[in-house]
Amino acid sequence: MAILIIAEHNNLSLKSETHKVVQAAAAIGGDITLLVAGFNCKAAADEAATVAGVSKVLLADNAVYQHQLAENIAALVTEVGKDFSHILAPATTSGKNFLPRVAAMLDVAQISDVIAIESADTFVRPIYAGNAIATVQSSDRIKVLTVRPAAFRAASDGNSAPIEAVSAAHDAGVSAFIDEELTKSERPELSAARVVISGGRGMQNGENFALLNGIADKLGAAIGASRAAVDAGFVPNDMQVGQTGKIVAPDLYIAVGISGAIQHLAGMKDSKVIVAINKDAEAPIFQIADYGLVADLFSVLPELEQQL
Amino acid sequence: MKILVPVKRVIDYNVKVRVKADQTGVDLANVKMALNPFCEIAVEEAVRLKEAGNASEVVVVSIGTTAVQEQLRTALALGADRALHIETDQHLDSLQVAKLLAKVVAQEQPGLVILGKQAIDSDNNQTGQMLAALTGMGQGTFASKVQLADGKVLVTREIDGGLQTVALTLPAVVSTDLRLNEPRYASLPNIMKAKKKPLDVIAADSFGVTLSSNVTVLKVAAPASRQGGIKVESVAELVDKLKHEAKVI
Repeated sequence: MAILIIAEHNNLSLKSETHKVVQAAAAIGGDITLLVAGFNCKAAADEAATVAGVSKVLLADNAVYQHQLAENIAALVTEVGKDFSHILAPATTSGKNFLPRVAAMLDVAQISDVIAIESADTFVRPIYAGNAIATVQSSDRIKVLTVRPAAFRAASDGNSAPIEAVSAAHDAGVSAFIDEELTKSERPELSAARVVISGGRGMQNGENFALLNGIADKLGAAIGASRAAVDAGFVPNDMQVGQTGKIVAPDLYIAVGISGAIQHLAGMKDSKVIVAINKDAEAPIFQIADYGLVADLFSVLPELEQQL
Repeated sequence: MKILVPVKRVIDYNVKVRVKADQTGVDLANVKMALNPFCEIAVEEAVRLKEAGNASEVVVVSIGTTAVQEQLRTALALGADRALHIETDQHLDSLQVAKLLAKVVAQEQPGLVILGKQAIDSDNNQTGQMLAALTGMGQGTFASKVQLADGKVLVTREIDGGLQTVALTLPAVVSTDLRLNEPRYASLPNIMKAKKKPLDVIAADSFGVTLSSNVTVLKVAAPASRQGGIKVESVAELVDKLKHEAKVI
């Protein structure tokens, strides 16, 4: 078994999702190679070499990979990956973007959003917004998988794997990066946070989301939102938790003013402990919450901040 | 320019699905079916591009049994001009769907293909990317904004952490995210008119694509249900439980 993992990074440092995919790969068993493709990304490769369980890091450092355009990255991964038995990437927007392209170029299926590894060819994944769990077996010669980071622990550090340069420069020439607008945040990343506090339509407006700041600061939490809050323009859409947003599984998830639609639950129902604060005692969120408080969030939030 | 929009018939997003007792799948008998929400957004975007004078024709295509014609008629009522039904009763994975769509692309020669980012039944998020790979086109996935200019399409994409804009040479594949637009409702006169619009049926076998997949579903189970929780009376009680009982803060 030879496993290739495409590392997620921003050219400067490795993202925590990569550690989780390495942990998933360890469950398959075999030799693990990490591919770091980017531009001026030596620092990310150095960090990749420290991840426990990795036997080799491949570094493809070239301007054509700077913004990880799917067309260029897929061509590189297809070339580098053709002799591996498994190719894995995290089920982030980046992994979801280029990996199906790789699978099609290799003429194999892709198994998306894997939450458990049963064996080298049998994998578990949620379907129907997490309302059913499918176990699938693949007889493809190369198994191409995206892995749900929230479902695996992170591999530890302390390794020093060798780094090997890959010179291949693939430029498909059909796409170009124009610009990027990233949301600035001092808080932990939503998908990696130990505690997440999310607001929904019940927050009433964007300014009221400030009520969550103090609590998030005290708990070291990331702030999320339901689709209703995003669609109403309260907060930017990269804060959305749900089937179509981010999937999180923190130790503690606090849902404030969120009714608990199926699509929202798909993104957070694997959290260890769920707290719901809602003034509607009939809200579906209470059916899955470990601790529910039926009360007006505008009186509860300041009190909660004070008591923490 | 012609725009091709692949659409999928799926279980209505409001339906709470039930897993079959024998664990072979979910129960789809007598369940309300609908156009996949992301596909609806794709049809809407294509129709808007046509209304803005950027496209000459919108062709919708769906793969499946005769039942998918219902969703094709819905797309026609929303403003598509013509429909193609690729008929098969086999269950297809994204790769086989992408291969069939690549053949349709070769026949129809669209300037742009717009499809949904994922179907809410299989939650795969693969078909658009695979179609782009098979046709050698550029891909603009998770689009929240699409603009046509000088033989290129500018696609603003929703990525983790914010937005990214890429320029793709036409023809290209775009997959829609939820915020791209708000789909219109089909009016009754348009539903009546849609019945007269052309809908061609083609057998999937006639494309020369191998329809079988190397992935087998061994079982489909219900997710582990959460233990029923408790209601607390006050903030103080909540904080106390989180500290001493759940030990998460």
